[in-house]
Amino acid sequence: MNKLEKKLLKQVNDSKMTGAVNIRKNGKTWQRKNSQWVTIKDSQDGRGLEIWVKDNAPMAMVDIPVLLTESGLIETVDNNFYIGKNSKVVIYAGCGINNCGTKDTVHSGRHRFVVGQGAEVKYIEKHYGEGGNLGQKEINPVTEIELVKDAKMMIETVQIEGVDQTERVTKAVLQAGASLVINEKIKTSGKQKAISSFEVKMVGEGSSCRVMSRAVATDVSEQKFISNIVGNQKCFAHVACDSIIKDKGKVTAIPKIKANHVEAELIHEATIGKIAGEQLLKLMSLGLKKEEAEEEIMAGFLN
Amino acid sequence: MLQLKNITLEKEGKKILNKINLKLDDNRFYVLTGPNGSGKSSLAKVIMGIESPNEGEIWWQDREITRERIELRAKEGIAFAFQQPVRFKGIKVSKLLELAAGTKKIRGCGVLAQVGLCPKDYLDREMNGSLSGGELKRIEMATVILRKPKLVIFDEPEAGIDLWSFQNLIEVFKKLRKNYHGTILVISHQEKIMEIADKILLLKRGKLEEVEKIDNLRIRQKCGCRGGCIHE
Ligand SMILES: Nc1ncnc2c1ncn2[C@@H]1O[C@H](COP(=O)(O)OP(=O)(O)OP(=O)(O)O)[C@@H](O)[C@H]1O
Ligand SMILES: [Mg+2]
Repeated sequence: MNKLEKKLLKQVNDSKMTGAVNIRKNGKTWQRKNSQWVTIKDSQDGRGLEIWVKDNAPMAMVDIPVLLTESGLIETVDNNFYIGKNSKVVIYAGCGINNCGTKDTVHSGRHRFVVGQGAEVKYIEKHYGEGGNLGQKEINPVTEIELVKDAKMMIETVQIEGVDQTERVTKAVLQAGASLVINEKIKTSGKQKAISSFEVKMVGEGSSCRVMSRAVATDVSEQKFISNIVGNQKCFAHVACDSIIKDKGKVTAIPKIKANHVEAELIHEATIGKIAGEQLLKLMSLGLKKEEAEEEIMAGFLN
Repeated sequence: MLQLKNITLEKEGKKILNKINLKLDDNRFYVLTGPNGSGKSSLAKVIMGIESPNEGEIWWQDREITRERIELRAKEGIAFAFQQPVRFKGIKVSKLLELAAGTKKIRGCGVLAQVGLCPKDYLDREMNGSLSGGELKRIEMATVILRKPKLVIFDEPEAGIDLWSFQNLIEVFKKLRKNYHGTILVISHQEKIMEIADKILLLKRGKLEEVEKIDNLRIRQKCGCRGGCIHE
Protein backbone atom coordinates (compact mmCIF):
# COMPACT_ATOMS: atom_id res chain seq x y z
CA MET A 1 0.00 0.00 0.00
CA ASN A 2 1.45 3.37 -0.89
CA LYS A 3 1.54 6.50 1.23
CA LEU A 4 -1.56 8.03 -0.30
CA GLU A 5 -3.57 4.86 0.25
CA LYS A 6 -2.37 4.56 3.82
CA LYS A 7 -3.47 8.12 4.51
CA LEU A 8 -6.83 7.51 2.90
CA LEU A 9 -7.31 4.36 4.97
CA LYS A 10 -6.58 6.29 8.13
CA GLN A 11 -9.28 8.81 7.27
CA VAL A 12 -11.99 6.18 7.06
CA ASN A 13 -10.80 3.54 9.49
CA ASP A 14 -9.18 4.39 12.78
CA SER A 15 -9.51 0.93 14.32
CA LYS A 16 -6.50 -1.26 14.99
CA MET A 17 -7.72 -4.04 12.65
CA THR A 18 -7.14 -6.78 15.18
CA GLY A 19 -9.92 -9.10 14.03
CA ALA A 20 -11.19 -10.19 10.64
CA VAL A 21 -10.17 -7.83 7.86
CA ASN A 22 -10.99 -7.37 4.20
CA ILE A 23 -9.42 -4.39 2.49
CA ARG A 24 -10.80 -3.64 -0.94
CA LYS A 25 -8.67 -1.48 -3.16
CA ASN A 26 -9.66 -0.23 -6.59
CA GLY A 27 -12.27 -2.89 -7.19
CA LYS A 28 -10.41 -5.94 -5.84
CA THR A 29 -9.75 -7.52 -2.49
CA TRP A 30 -6.25 -6.50 -1.54
CA GLN A 31 -5.95 -8.19 1.81
CA ARG A 32 -8.11 -10.63 3.74
CA LYS A 33 -7.82 -12.16 7.16
CA ASN A 34 -10.30 -14.31 9.05
CA SER A 35 -10.55 -14.71 12.79
CA GLN A 36 -11.68 -17.30 15.28
CA TRP A 37 -15.21 -15.95 15.14
CA VAL A 38 -15.48 -14.41 11.70
CA THR A 39 -15.20 -15.84 8.20
CA ILE A 40 -15.11 -13.56 5.17
CA LYS A 41 -15.50 -15.01 1.70
CA ASP A 42 -16.46 -13.95 -1.79
CA SER A 43 -20.13 -14.33 -2.40
CA GLN A 44 -21.15 -16.98 -4.93
CA ASP A 45 -22.26 -14.51 -7.56
CA GLY A 46 -18.92 -12.73 -7.17
CA ARG A 47 -20.51 -9.36 -6.51
CA GLY A 48 -19.19 -8.85 -3.01
CA LEU A 49 -18.52 -10.44 0.33
CA GLU A 50 -20.23 -12.79 2.70
CA ILE A 51 -19.35 -12.13 6.28
CA TRP A 52 -20.25 -14.83 8.71
CA VAL A 53 -20.05 -14.28 12.46
CA LYS A 54 -20.49 -17.39 14.61
CA ASP A 55 -23.01 -17.71 17.41
CA ASN A 56 -21.98 -16.44 20.84
CA ALA A 57 -18.92 -14.54 19.66
CA PRO A 58 -17.83 -12.56 22.73
CA MET A 59 -16.36 -9.55 20.93
CA ALA A 60 -15.74 -10.03 17.24
CA MET A 61 -14.07 -7.30 15.23
CA VAL A 62 -14.57 -6.85 11.50
CA ASP A 63 -12.89 -4.25 9.28
CA ILE A 64 -13.96 -3.96 5.67
CA PRO A 65 -12.59 -0.68 4.35
CA VAL A 66 -12.90 0.26 0.70
CA LEU A 67 -10.39 2.51 -1.05
CA LEU A 68 -10.67 3.99 -4.51
CA THR A 69 -7.76 5.90 -5.98
CA GLU A 70 -8.28 5.28 -9.70
CA SER A 71 -10.15 8.10 -11.32
CA GLY A 72 -13.16 6.89 -13.28
CA LEU A 73 -13.69 3.68 -11.34
CA ILE A 74 -17.39 2.93 -10.99
CA GLU A 75 -18.24 -0.05 -8.83
CA THR A 76 -21.20 -1.71 -7.17
CA VAL A 77 -20.62 -4.06 -4.30
CA ASP A 78 -23.05 -6.38 -2.53
CA ASN A 79 -22.06 -7.47 0.94
CA ASN A 80 -24.04 -9.83 3.14
CA PHE A 81 -23.57 -10.05 6.89
CA TYR A 82 -24.84 -13.00 8.87
CA ILE A 83 -24.51 -12.33 12.57
CA GLY A 84 -24.92 -15.39 14.78
CA LYS A 85 -27.10 -15.62 17.85
CA ASN A 86 -26.00 -13.78 20.97
CA SER A 87 -22.74 -12.60 19.49
CA LYS A 88 -21.25 -9.16 19.96
CA VAL A 89 -19.67 -7.60 16.90
CA VAL A 90 -18.03 -4.32 15.99
CA ILE A 91 -17.81 -3.61 12.26
CA TYR A 92 -15.84 -0.78 10.67
CA ALA A 93 -16.88 -0.08 7.12
CA GLY A 94 -15.20 2.98 5.72
CA CYS A 95 -15.05 4.19 2.14
CA GLY A 96 -12.43 6.62 0.97
CA ILE A 97 -12.09 8.06 -2.51
CA ASN A 98 -9.08 9.91 -3.81
CA ASN A 99 -9.90 11.27 -7.21
CA CYS A 100 -7.28 13.54 -8.67
CA GLY A 101 -8.34 12.76 -12.22
CA THR A 102 -11.02 14.15 -14.44
CA LYS A 103 -13.43 11.20 -14.48
CA ASP A 104 -16.06 10.45 -11.88
CA THR A 105 -15.38 7.84 -9.25
CA VAL A 106 -18.41 6.08 -7.80
CA HIS A 107 -18.78 3.48 -5.08
CA SER A 108 -22.23 2.01 -4.53
CA GLY A 109 -22.34 -0.47 -1.71
CA ARG A 110 -25.31 -2.54 -0.68
CA HIS A 111 -24.94 -4.01 2.80
CA ARG A 112 -27.45 -6.56 3.95
CA PHE A 113 -27.55 -7.59 7.58
CA VAL A 114 -29.31 -10.46 9.23
CA VAL A 115 -28.71 -10.04 12.93
CA GLY A 116 -29.50 -13.15 14.95
CA GLN A 117 -31.46 -13.42 18.14
CA GLY A 118 -29.96 -11.51 21.03
CA ALA A 119 -26.93 -10.40 19.01
CA GLU A 120 -25.44 -6.91 19.33
CA VAL A 121 -23.85 -5.14 16.40
CA LYS A 122 -22.04 -1.85 16.31
CA TYR A 123 -21.54 -0.64 12.78
CA ILE A 124 -19.27 2.31 12.13
CA GLU A 125 -19.23 3.82 8.69
CA LYS A 126 -17.04 6.72 7.60
CA HIS A 127 -17.13 8.27 4.18
CA TYR A 128 -14.50 10.61 2.88
CA GLY A 129 -13.40 12.08 -0.41
CA GLU A 130 -10.35 14.01 -1.54
CA GLY A 131 -8.54 15.11 -4.67
CA GLY A 132 -9.15 17.85 -7.18
CA ASN A 133 -12.55 19.06 -8.24
CA LEU A 134 -12.58 17.84 -11.81
CA GLY A 135 -13.76 14.29 -11.20
CA GLN A 136 -16.76 13.65 -8.93
CA LYS A 137 -16.49 11.56 -5.81
CA GLU A 138 -19.70 9.73 -5.24
CA ILE A 139 -20.68 7.21 -2.56
CA ASN A 140 -24.10 5.57 -2.45
CA PRO A 141 -24.60 3.18 0.43
CA VAL A 142 -27.69 1.03 0.80
CA THR A 143 -28.05 -0.67 4.15
CA GLU A 144 -30.75 -3.29 4.64
CA ILE A 145 -31.19 -4.62 8.12
CA GLU A 146 -33.19 -7.41 9.60
CA LEU A 147 -33.10 -7.52 13.37
CA VAL A 148 -34.35 -10.83 14.69
CA LYS A 149 -35.90 -11.06 18.15
CA ASP A 150 -34.01 -9.07 20.81
CA ALA A 151 -31.20 -8.18 18.41
CA LYS A 152 -29.55 -4.79 18.79
CA MET A 153 -27.80 -2.68 16.23
CA MET A 154 -26.12 0.65 16.58
CA ILE A 155 -24.99 2.52 13.50
CA GLU A 156 -22.66 5.46 13.46
CA THR A 157 -22.27 7.02 10.12
CA VAL A 158 -20.18 10.04 9.29
CA GLN A 159 -19.54 11.92 6.09
CA ILE A 160 -17.46 14.92 6.93
CA GLU A 161 -15.62 15.94 3.83
CA GLY A 162 -15.10 15.74 0.14
CA VAL A 163 -17.98 13.60 -1.09
CA ASP A 164 -19.65 15.42 -3.98
CA GLN A 165 -22.72 13.32 -4.25
CA THR A 166 -24.27 10.77 -1.95
CA GLU A 167 -27.53 8.97 -1.80
CA ARG A 168 -27.95 6.89 1.31
CA VAL A 169 -30.75 4.44 1.86
CA THR A 170 -31.27 2.63 5.14
CA LYS A 171 -34.03 0.08 5.49
CA ALA A 172 -34.73 -1.96 8.59
CA VAL A 173 -37.25 -4.47 9.86
CA LEU A 174 -37.41 -4.93 13.62
CA GLN A 175 -38.75 -8.06 15.27
CA ALA A 176 -39.95 -8.27 18.87
CA GLY A 177 -37.66 -6.64 21.40
CA ALA A 178 -35.17 -5.55 18.75
CA SER A 179 -33.54 -2.16 18.97
CA LEU A 180 -31.94 0.03 16.35
CA VAL A 181 -29.99 3.21 17.05
CA ILE A 182 -28.64 5.34 14.21
CA ASN A 183 -26.42 8.38 14.57
CA GLU A 184 -25.80 10.08 11.28
CA LYS A 185 -23.61 13.10 10.65
CA ILE A 186 -23.24 14.71 7.29
CA LYS A 187 -21.46 17.86 6.30
CA THR A 188 -21.70 19.25 2.82
CA SER A 189 -19.96 22.24 1.31
CA GLY A 190 -19.36 23.68 -2.15
CA LYS A 191 -21.84 22.22 -4.62
CA GLN A 192 -22.17 18.88 -2.83
CA LYS A 193 -25.46 17.08 -2.56
CA ALA A 194 -26.53 14.49 -0.02
CA ILE A 195 -29.75 12.56 0.37
CA SER A 196 -30.39 10.23 3.24
CA SER A 197 -33.53 8.20 3.62
CA PHE A 198 -34.65 5.86 6.36
CA GLU A 199 -37.38 3.31 6.22
CA VAL A 200 -37.96 1.41 9.42
CA LYS A 201 -40.72 -1.12 9.95
CA MET A 202 -41.31 -2.09 13.53
CA VAL A 203 -43.20 -5.34 13.25
CA GLY A 204 -42.41 -6.88 16.64
CA GLU A 205 -43.76 -6.02 20.05
CA GLY A 206 -41.41 -4.00 22.24
CA SER A 207 -39.09 -3.00 19.42
CA SER A 208 -37.48 0.42 19.50
CA CYS A 209 -35.72 2.73 17.10
CA ARG A 210 -33.82 5.97 17.52
CA VAL A 211 -32.50 7.93 14.60
CA MET A 212 -30.46 11.05 15.21
CA SER A 213 -29.32 12.87 12.14
CA ARG A 214 -27.17 15.98 12.25
CA ALA A 215 -26.49 17.92 9.13
CA VAL A 216 -24.44 20.97 8.25
CA ALA A 217 -24.90 22.42 4.78
CA THR A 218 -22.65 25.33 3.78
CA ASP A 219 -21.96 27.26 0.55
CA VAL A 220 -24.51 26.16 -2.07
CA SER A 221 -24.67 22.53 -0.95
CA GLU A 222 -27.94 20.72 -0.48
CA GLN A 223 -29.16 17.98 1.79
CA LYS A 224 -32.36 16.07 2.03
CA PHE A 225 -33.47 13.91 4.91
CA ILE A 226 -36.38 11.54 4.48
CA SER A 227 -37.67 9.21 7.13
CA ASN A 228 -40.53 6.82 7.14
CA ILE A 229 -41.20 4.89 10.32
CA VAL A 230 -44.04 2.44 10.70
CA GLY A 231 -45.10 0.90 14.00
CA ASN A 232 -47.23 -2.23 13.71
CA GLN A 233 -47.04 -3.26 17.35
CA LYS A 234 -46.43 -1.76 20.75
CA CYS A 235 -43.13 -0.06 20.01
CA PHE A 236 -41.17 3.15 20.38
CA ALA A 237 -39.46 5.32 17.79
CA HIS A 238 -37.77 8.69 18.02
CA VAL A 239 -36.41 10.39 14.92
CA ALA A 240 -34.58 13.67 15.24
CA CYS A 241 -33.18 15.62 12.33
CA ASP A 242 -31.17 18.61 13.40
CA SER A 243 -29.55 20.84 10.80
CA ILE A 244 -27.42 23.93 10.54
CA ILE A 245 -27.44 25.90 7.32
CA LYS A 246 -24.90 28.50 6.36
CA ASP A 247 -24.36 30.72 3.32
CA LYS A 248 -26.72 29.41 0.64
CA GLY A 249 -26.93 25.87 1.99
CA LYS A 250 -30.29 24.15 1.74
CA VAL A 251 -31.80 21.41 3.86
CA THR A 252 -35.10 19.60 3.41
CA ALA A 253 -36.51 17.33 6.09
CA ILE A 254 -39.41 15.08 5.18
CA PRO A 255 -40.76 13.14 8.09
CA LYS A 256 -43.33 10.42 7.99
CA ILE A 257 -44.44 8.36 10.94
CA LYS A 258 -47.25 5.90 10.83
CA ALA A 259 -48.77 4.03 13.76
CA ASN A 260 -50.81 0.92 13.00
CA HIS A 261 -51.19 0.00 16.63
CA VAL A 262 -52.61 1.95 19.53
CA GLU A 263 -49.52 1.27 21.66
CA ALA A 264 -47.08 2.48 19.05
CA GLU A 265 -45.36 5.65 20.23
CA LEU A 266 -43.65 7.51 17.42
CA ILE A 267 -41.93 10.88 17.62
CA HIS A 268 -40.38 12.97 14.91
CA GLU A 269 -38.47 16.17 15.49
CA ALA A 270 -36.85 18.29 12.83
CA THR A 271 -34.98 21.54 13.30
CA ILE A 272 -33.30 23.60 10.62
CA GLY A 273 -31.64 26.94 11.19
CA LYS A 274 -28.53 28.99 10.96
CA ILE A 275 -25.98 29.12 13.76
CA ALA A 276 -27.57 30.85 16.72
CA GLY A 277 -26.39 34.45 17.03
CA GLU A 278 -25.85 34.17 20.75
CA GLN A 279 -23.51 31.20 20.25
CA LEU A 280 -21.35 33.30 17.95
CA LEU A 281 -21.42 36.23 20.37
CA LYS A 282 -20.37 34.06 23.28
CA LEU A 283 -17.38 32.59 21.46
CA MET A 284 -16.40 35.99 20.08
CA SER A 285 -16.47 37.34 23.62
CA LEU A 286 -13.90 34.62 24.39
CA GLY A 287 -11.62 36.09 21.74
CA LEU A 288 -12.56 34.05 18.65
CA LYS A 289 -13.06 35.64 15.25
CA LYS A 290 -16.50 35.15 13.74
CA GLU A 291 -15.21 32.56 11.25
CA GLU A 292 -13.35 30.67 13.99
CA ALA A 293 -16.45 30.69 16.13
CA GLU A 294 -18.52 29.28 13.25
CA GLU A 295 -15.99 26.49 12.69
CA GLU A 296 -15.99 25.52 16.36
CA ILE A 297 -19.77 25.50 16.55
CA MET A 298 -20.14 23.33 13.43
CA ALA A 299 -17.33 20.98 14.48
CA GLY A 300 -18.91 20.54 17.91
CA PHE A 301 -22.33 19.96 16.39
CA LEU A 302 -20.94 17.16 14.22
CA ASN A 303 -18.69 15.80 16.92
CA MET B 1 -9.83 52.36 33.18
CA LEU B 2 -13.08 52.25 31.27
CA GLN B 3 -14.95 55.36 30.35
CA LEU B 4 -18.36 55.76 28.76
CA LYS B 5 -19.18 59.18 27.32
CA ASN B 6 -22.76 60.06 26.51
CA ILE B 7 -23.70 56.51 25.54
CA THR B 8 -27.14 56.22 23.99
CA LEU B 9 -28.63 52.98 22.73
CA GLU B 10 -31.93 52.82 20.90
CA LYS B 11 -34.01 49.80 20.00
CA GLU B 12 -37.12 50.11 17.90
CA GLY B 13 -37.27 53.82 18.52
CA LYS B 14 -36.98 53.40 22.27
CA LYS B 15 -34.06 54.75 24.26
CA ILE B 16 -32.72 51.76 26.17
CA LEU B 17 -29.68 53.69 27.39
CA ASN B 18 -29.91 57.44 27.66
CA LYS B 19 -26.73 59.53 27.69
CA ILE B 20 -24.75 57.34 30.07
CA ASN B 21 -21.57 58.83 31.49
CA LEU B 22 -19.48 56.52 33.59
CA LYS B 23 -15.90 55.97 34.70
CA LEU B 24 -14.72 52.66 36.07
CA ASP B 25 -11.32 52.70 37.77
CA ASP B 26 -8.83 49.85 37.96
CA ASN B 27 -8.84 47.49 40.89
CA ARG B 28 -12.33 48.44 41.96
CA PHE B 29 -15.48 46.51 42.61
CA TYR B 30 -18.71 47.98 41.25
CA VAL B 31 -22.27 46.80 41.50
CA LEU B 32 -24.75 47.87 38.84
CA THR B 33 -28.33 47.58 39.95
CA GLY B 34 -31.79 48.77 38.98
CA PRO B 35 -35.23 47.46 38.09
CA ASN B 36 -35.89 44.78 35.48
CA GLY B 37 -35.72 46.25 32.03
CA SER B 38 -33.78 49.32 33.14
CA GLY B 39 -30.95 48.57 30.71
CA LYS B 40 -28.29 46.85 32.84
CA SER B 41 -27.61 43.97 30.48
CA SER B 42 -27.73 46.36 27.55
CA LEU B 43 -25.04 48.48 29.15
CA ALA B 44 -22.87 45.41 29.66
CA LYS B 45 -23.38 44.42 26.01
CA VAL B 46 -22.38 47.87 24.85
CA ILE B 47 -19.15 47.57 26.84
CA MET B 48 -18.40 44.11 25.42
CA GLY B 49 -19.23 45.24 21.87
CA ILE B 50 -22.25 42.99 21.47
CA GLU B 51 -24.47 46.04 21.10
CA SER B 52 -23.34 49.07 19.24
CA PRO B 53 -24.40 52.43 20.71
CA ASN B 54 -26.23 55.00 18.57
CA GLU B 55 -24.33 57.82 20.18
CA GLY B 56 -21.40 58.31 22.49
CA GLU B 57 -17.93 56.95 22.98
CA ILE B 58 -16.31 54.07 24.84
CA TRP B 59 -12.73 54.42 26.01
CA TRP B 60 -10.64 51.58 27.39
CA GLN B 61 -7.17 52.20 28.75
CA ASP B 62 -6.87 55.53 26.97
CA ARG B 63 -8.02 54.24 23.61
CA GLU B 64 -11.36 54.69 21.94
CA ILE B 65 -12.98 51.32 21.27
CA THR B 66 -16.51 52.41 20.38
CA ARG B 67 -16.46 50.59 17.02
CA GLU B 68 -14.02 47.84 17.90
CA ARG B 69 -15.06 44.22 17.34
CA ILE B 70 -16.01 41.95 20.22
CA GLU B 71 -13.07 39.57 19.90
CA LEU B 72 -10.58 42.43 19.93
CA ARG B 73 -12.07 43.81 23.11
CA ALA B 74 -11.86 40.29 24.53
CA LYS B 75 -8.19 40.14 23.61
CA GLU B 76 -7.61 43.46 25.33
CA GLY B 77 -8.88 42.09 28.62
CA ILE B 78 -12.63 42.73 28.65
CA ALA B 79 -14.77 39.75 29.66
CA PHE B 80 -18.48 39.29 30.13
CA ALA B 81 -20.41 36.50 31.83
CA PHE B 82 -23.84 36.36 30.21
CA GLN B 83 -27.04 36.62 32.22
CA GLN B 84 -28.37 33.67 30.22
CA PRO B 85 -25.53 31.25 29.52
CA VAL B 86 -25.47 30.01 25.94
CA ARG B 87 -25.89 26.33 25.14
CA PHE B 88 -23.97 24.50 22.46
CA LYS B 89 -24.93 21.15 20.99
CA GLY B 90 -21.95 18.83 20.92
CA ILE B 91 -19.40 21.17 22.51
CA LYS B 92 -18.03 19.77 25.74
CA VAL B 93 -17.38 21.78 28.87
CA SER B 94 -13.66 21.03 28.52
CA LYS B 95 -13.68 22.37 24.96
CA LEU B 96 -15.42 25.58 25.94
CA LEU B 97 -12.94 26.12 28.76
CA GLU B 98 -10.07 25.51 26.33
CA LEU B 99 -11.48 28.09 23.96
CA ALA B 100 -11.88 30.54 26.83
CA ALA B 101 -8.33 29.99 28.06
CA GLY B 102 -6.93 30.03 24.53
CA THR B 103 -4.89 26.91 25.32
CA LYS B 104 -5.44 23.17 25.45
CA LYS B 105 -3.44 22.80 28.62
CA ILE B 106 -6.13 23.37 31.15
CA ARG B 107 -7.09 19.80 32.07
CA GLY B 108 -7.43 19.37 35.77
CA CYS B 109 -7.17 23.05 36.37
CA GLY B 110 -8.90 24.45 39.39
CA VAL B 111 -11.28 26.77 37.65
CA LEU B 112 -14.29 24.46 37.88
CA ALA B 113 -13.50 23.81 41.52
CA GLN B 114 -13.34 27.55 42.01
CA VAL B 115 -16.92 27.89 40.83
CA GLY B 116 -17.99 24.94 42.96
CA LEU B 117 -18.11 22.18 40.35
CA CYS B 118 -16.18 18.93 40.55
CA PRO B 119 -14.02 18.88 37.40
CA LYS B 120 -14.19 15.15 36.77
CA ASP B 121 -17.97 15.24 36.76
CA TYR B 122 -18.22 18.09 34.31
CA LEU B 123 -15.31 18.27 31.87
CA ASP B 124 -16.82 15.65 29.59
CA ARG B 125 -20.38 16.91 29.74
CA GLU B 126 -21.89 18.58 26.73
CA MET B 127 -22.77 22.27 26.96
CA ASN B 128 -26.39 21.50 26.19
CA GLY B 129 -29.75 21.46 27.90
CA SER B 130 -28.75 18.48 30.02
CA LEU B 131 -26.85 20.83 32.33
CA SER B 132 -28.96 22.56 34.95
CA GLY B 133 -29.40 26.31 35.00
CA GLY B 134 -27.11 26.74 37.99
CA GLU B 135 -24.45 24.49 36.48
CA LEU B 136 -24.48 26.48 33.25
CA LYS B 137 -24.22 29.69 35.23
CA ARG B 138 -21.13 28.42 37.07
CA ILE B 139 -19.47 27.23 33.87
CA GLU B 140 -20.18 30.63 32.36
CA MET B 141 -18.36 32.15 35.27
CA ALA B 142 -15.44 29.75 34.78
CA THR B 143 -15.09 30.84 31.14
CA VAL B 144 -14.59 34.48 32.09
CA ILE B 145 -12.20 33.67 34.95
CA LEU B 146 -10.01 31.84 32.42
CA ARG B 147 -9.79 35.00 30.31
CA LYS B 148 -7.62 36.61 33.02
CA PRO B 149 -9.72 39.72 32.56
CA LYS B 150 -8.75 43.30 33.26
CA LEU B 151 -12.38 44.29 33.21
CA VAL B 152 -14.95 41.65 33.96
CA ILE B 153 -18.70 42.02 33.95
CA PHE B 154 -20.89 39.42 35.63
CA ASP B 155 -24.55 39.71 34.71
CA GLU B 156 -26.53 38.55 37.74
CA PRO B 157 -24.06 35.84 38.75
CA GLU B 158 -26.11 34.88 41.78
CA ALA B 159 -29.25 34.12 39.79
CA GLY B 160 -30.10 30.44 39.92
CA ILE B 161 -27.20 29.69 42.23
CA ASP B 162 -27.79 27.99 45.56
CA LEU B 163 -26.29 28.78 48.89
CA TRP B 164 -22.91 27.29 47.94
CA SER B 165 -22.53 29.77 46.80
CA PHE B 166 -22.59 33.03 48.18
CA GLN B 167 -19.27 32.85 49.98
CA ASN B 168 -17.62 31.17 46.97
CA LEU B 169 -18.94 33.84 44.71
CA ILE B 170 -17.37 36.52 46.86
CA GLU B 171 -14.13 34.49 46.84
CA VAL B 172 -14.21 34.41 43.06
CA PHE B 173 -14.49 38.19 42.95
CA LYS B 174 -11.72 38.65 45.51
CA LYS B 175 -9.37 36.34 43.69
CA LEU B 176 -9.96 38.02 40.35
CA ARG B 177 -9.26 41.36 41.91
CA LYS B 178 -6.10 40.12 43.60
CA ASN B 179 -4.74 38.32 40.55
CA TYR B 180 -5.38 40.84 37.83
CA HIS B 181 -5.88 44.11 39.71
CA GLY B 182 -8.72 44.61 37.33
CA THR B 183 -12.12 46.17 37.47
CA ILE B 184 -15.10 44.07 38.43
CA LEU B 185 -18.60 45.10 37.51
CA VAL B 186 -21.35 42.91 38.88
CA ILE B 187 -24.94 43.36 37.81
CA SER B 188 -27.03 42.30 40.74
CA HIS B 189 -30.20 42.73 42.73
CA GLN B 190 -28.56 41.25 45.83
CA GLU B 191 -28.03 43.48 48.80
CA LYS B 192 -25.29 41.19 50.06
CA ILE B 193 -23.27 41.77 46.95
CA MET B 194 -23.85 45.52 47.16
CA GLU B 195 -22.50 45.44 50.67
CA ILE B 196 -19.02 44.55 49.44
CA ALA B 197 -19.01 47.01 46.56
CA ASP B 198 -16.73 50.02 46.43
CA LYS B 199 -19.43 51.79 44.52
CA ILE B 200 -23.00 51.15 43.52
CA LEU B 201 -24.37 52.30 40.21
CA LEU B 202 -28.11 52.69 39.90
CA LEU B 203 -29.75 52.50 36.52
CA LYS B 204 -33.36 53.54 35.98
CA ARG B 205 -35.10 53.61 32.62
CA GLY B 206 -31.81 53.83 30.80
CA LYS B 207 -30.44 56.63 32.93
CA LEU B 208 -27.60 56.29 35.35
CA GLU B 209 -29.06 58.15 38.30
CA GLU B 210 -26.54 57.71 41.01
CA VAL B 211 -22.95 56.77 41.23
CA GLU B 212 -22.13 56.58 44.87
CA LYS B 213 -21.70 54.40 47.87
CA ILE B 214 -25.11 53.54 49.25
CA ASP B 215 -25.31 51.69 52.49
CA ASN B 216 -27.70 48.81 52.62
CA LEU B 217 -30.02 50.57 55.05
CA ARG B 218 -30.81 53.19 52.49
CA ILE B 219 -31.42 50.57 49.89
CA ARG B 220 -33.89 48.86 52.13
CA GLN B 221 -35.73 52.10 52.76
CA LYS B 222 -35.83 52.96 49.12
CA CYS B 223 -37.00 49.61 48.11
CA GLY B 224 -39.25 48.53 50.92
CA CYS B 225 -38.82 44.84 50.22
CA ARG B 226 -36.91 42.35 52.28
CA GLY B 227 -35.43 40.33 49.48
CA GLY B 228 -32.55 42.72 48.98
CA CYS B 229 -33.73 43.99 45.64
CA ILE B 230 -33.89 47.59 44.74
CA HIS B 231 -37.12 48.00 42.82
CA GLU B 232 -39.06 51.08 43.62
N1 LIG C 1 -33.76 43.82 20.69
C1 LIG C 1 -34.59 44.57 21.45
N2 LIG C 1 -35.66 45.15 20.92
C2 LIG C 1 -36.50 45.89 21.67
N3 LIG C 1 -36.32 46.10 22.98
C3 LIG C 1 -35.26 45.54 23.57
C4 LIG C 1 -34.33 44.75 22.84
N4 LIG C 1 -33.39 44.33 23.69
C5 LIG C 1 -33.70 44.84 24.90
N5 LIG C 1 -34.82 45.57 24.83
C6 LIG C 1 -35.46 46.29 25.94
O1 LIG C 1 -34.48 47.07 26.57
C7 LIG C 1 -34.77 47.21 27.92
C8 LIG C 1 -33.52 46.91 28.73
O2 LIG C 1 -33.23 45.54 28.67
P1 LIG C 1 -32.07 44.90 29.53
O3 LIG C 1 -31.99 43.47 29.19
O4 LIG C 1 -30.85 45.70 29.36
O5 LIG C 1 -32.63 45.08 31.01
P2 LIG C 1 -32.01 44.67 32.40
O6 LIG C 1 -31.85 45.87 33.21
O7 LIG C 1 -30.82 43.82 32.20
O8 LIG C 1 -33.20 43.80 33.03
P3 LIG C 1 -33.17 42.48 33.97
O9 LIG C 1 -33.00 42.96 35.38
O10 LIG C 1 -34.53 41.92 33.78
O11 LIG C 1 -32.11 41.58 33.48
C9 LIG C 1 -35.94 46.30 28.20
O12 LIG C 1 -37.11 47.06 28.27
C10 LIG C 1 -35.97 45.38 27.01
O13 LIG C 1 -37.28 44.94 26.75
MG1 LIG D 1 -30.39 41.83 32.50
